Amino acid sequence: MMLAVPALAQDGAEPGQTQLNGTIRFGFDQFFEGVAITVADSSGAEIGQAVTDTDGRWSVPVPGPGAYRVSIDTGTLPEGIRLREGQESLVDAVVDAGQSRAVVFAVGEAPKGTPFGERAAQTVFNGFKFGLIIAMSAIGLSLIYGTTGLVNFAHGELVTFGAVIAWYFNSSWGELNLIVAAVLTVIVCGMLGAGLESGLFRPLRDRRLGIFQLVVITIGLSLLGRQLVQLFFGAEPLPYRDFQVQERWEFGPWAVTPREVATIAVILVALVAVGLMLQKTRFGKATRAVADNADLAAVSGINVNRVVLIVWIMGAALAGLGGVFQGLDADIDPFLGFQLLLLIFAGVELGGLGTAYGALAGSLIIGMSTEVSTLWISPELKFVVPLAALILVLLLRPQGLFGIRARVG
Amino acid sequence: MDFDIIFGNAARAAFGPEAIILALAAIGLNIHFGFTGLLNFGQVGFIMLGAYGTSVAVATFGWSLWVGIPIGLFLALALAVALGIPTLRLHAVMFAIVTIAAAEIIRILIGSTDAIGLTGGPLSVSFDAGAFFDLNPYADGPQDRYGVGTFAFTGQQMWVITVGWVLVALVSLIVFLIIRSPWGRVLKSIREDEDAARSLGKNVFWYKMQALMIGGVIGGMAGVIDAIKTSGADPNGFRPQVTFYTYTALLLGGAATYMGPVLGAILFWFLREWIESFLRQLSAEAWLPGAIADFLEGSEGIISVAMVGLALVLLMLFRPQGITGNRIEMQLDAR
Repeated sequence: MMLAVPALAQDGAEPGQTQLNGTIRFGFDQFFEGVAITVADSSGAEIGQAVTDTDGRWSVPVPGPGAYRVSIDTGTLPEGIRLREGQESLVDAVVDAGQSRAVVFAVGEAPKGTPFGERAAQTVFNGFKFGLIIAMSAIGLSLIYGTTGLVNFAHGELVTFGAVIAWYFNSSWGELNLIVAAVLTVIVCGMLGAGLESGLFRPLRDRRLGIFQLVVITIGLSLLGRQLVQLFFGAEPLPYRDFQVQERWEFGPWAVTPREVATIAVILVALVAVGLMLQKTRFGKATRAVADNADLAAVSGINVNRVVLIVWIMGAALAGLGGVFQGLDADIDPFLGFQLLLLIFAGVELGGLGTAYGALAGSLIIGMSTEVSTLWISPELKFVVPLAALILVLLLRPQGLFGIRARVG
Repeated sequence: MDFDIIFGNAARAAFGPEAIILALAAIGLNIHFGFTGLLNFGQVGFIMLGAYGTSVAVATFGWSLWVGIPIGLFLALALAVALGIPTLRLHAVMFAIVTIAAAEIIRILIGSTDAIGLTGGPLSVSFDAGAFFDLNPYADGPQDRYGVGTFAFTGQQMWVITVGWVLVALVSLIVFLIIRSPWGRVLKSIREDEDAARSLGKNVFWYKMQALMIGGVIGGMAGVIDAIKTSGADPNGFRPQVTFYTYTALLLGGAATYMGPVLGAILFWFLREWIESFLRQLSAEAWLPGAIADFLEGSEGIISVAMVGLALVLLMLFRPQGITGNRIEMQLDAR
């Protein structure tokens, strides 16, 4: 998130004015004032200077189209901020007649005095939390695949839906406390899961649609769901009203907020409850039987459709709750769930499709590797790590880390 | 409400460069999915490498466009090989997920600030496609328009369209010839029953790899046209939904047919633009209640994409073979 991005709209720029401009910022919320920018022509003669305003914006009008050299005075950057590694302080830019050309200077935080061990501990903690969120969202995907063979590409939108519904309860409809909103969200998402299963997927199973058709239907639903969220909620990332600013608790090398502790506690309780239910209860036994062989389960008196319905309700509710926690962590936007979907797939497949504890372990590995990688690589690249890990594992162990080897292809 | 404008816009989209790009992407995907049964969900990766290979070669390295285009196509080919070796033995759904993941990795890397020096990073890269437009036989003055009403193109667009549709026709012809050959029949037999093909002594892996390479290079051509049309490339234009649009076009026209992808691409853009123009006109109507007009205003594009999602669902429910396809050929249960 450490980049200086050009202003999307050139506010204040006169139309038709040939100019160079940009915004010096860090992440999405820190804009730096008073940074000096100098523009020279290609022979090195100075054309103009600018200093960024309170929004970090600068612009320098130039006499005409052509190539210019733009330099930033790094001495004017605020304390603790410097140019990112590899970013030159002198940049060439070509501008067309009548156009505004944006020039980027990537800035980031200078390495703080924090020792490596402390930063490592913090990223491991963040990764653990992120892995748990992935794992909780993954339960539904994995169980639905296990019992019905459906690979649900719209599962990410269930996550998004949870985050967005909770936002509406929290900020718009009645301005409920986020905890109350989360409980209501879980109920709404469970109902949505029930509706999807009984209204759409059960009839489709009865029609014996091919696996490909089902996958394409879920892709269509995913696209539709995401657009609807964009239509009503909007594309701008928004936070919840509650629990935004919290004092951190210090535990040895870790500084954690109460909301992070609550997130981890709730997810652990939910995961243990699901695990116990699958192993100890009659319903759990029935679910495992259906996953093993739905026809045999049916002839031994298990109501397969009822099992699948409950799996859908549970899976959708957990995915929605996962969305609430993810929205608490990062802001809510229409792509929240789809971005998580690939990581959920990665976690489930890393652990081995259809293995409950494998999926948990896989999700934790994915979460950790995503966060811990930021110790060495730029945070905007962090999602590359789990996706690359996924491909690598499939190359070396197609059955996943904990899966049983089966003949595939 | 002016239906001349709505139909003019829709027709312009249906025959313009966007439809050409989509048609080429869908023809490539048709070889993967329609004829070989490979669930490639990363077609956008091939398009992206075609576009960026061309753009970066010209913009960053200053090479000629005629060198850049083969580089773009070669990168698409290289992606097919790199992707195929580890993944072609996987279960169909895993193959789908890995291909999405691979395309996303490429997009994130190309669009990162660390790559600014090479690809322009989060900014778009732009280059001078003059070498292509120097050959333009159409008069290209500021006043020159070809067509009627809103269904009209500039001279430059006409040149892109002419070259593009000729390319689509040529590629379609080549696909027709190779699929009708014994080689093509092996592909179809792999789609129908991989193990049967293997037991007849066919090297299934190698055939799949060839299909992935050919379809990938055709996807790369879509990227090249895209790069020339926009004189550059932008990482945000290559999100996973591009692949989903390509599937929509292919399934609309009919997978595993020769004309299906082309027909589907034309229809896709015609309908999408029709809906968008219609909504835009509708939101300006005086009789519409203010609340609805405000809701529609600026949301036309979002709604038209939502319609794409709905169309995918309805197509699979009621006509999985598309307009021209054969229902039996779409029964891909085995994988």
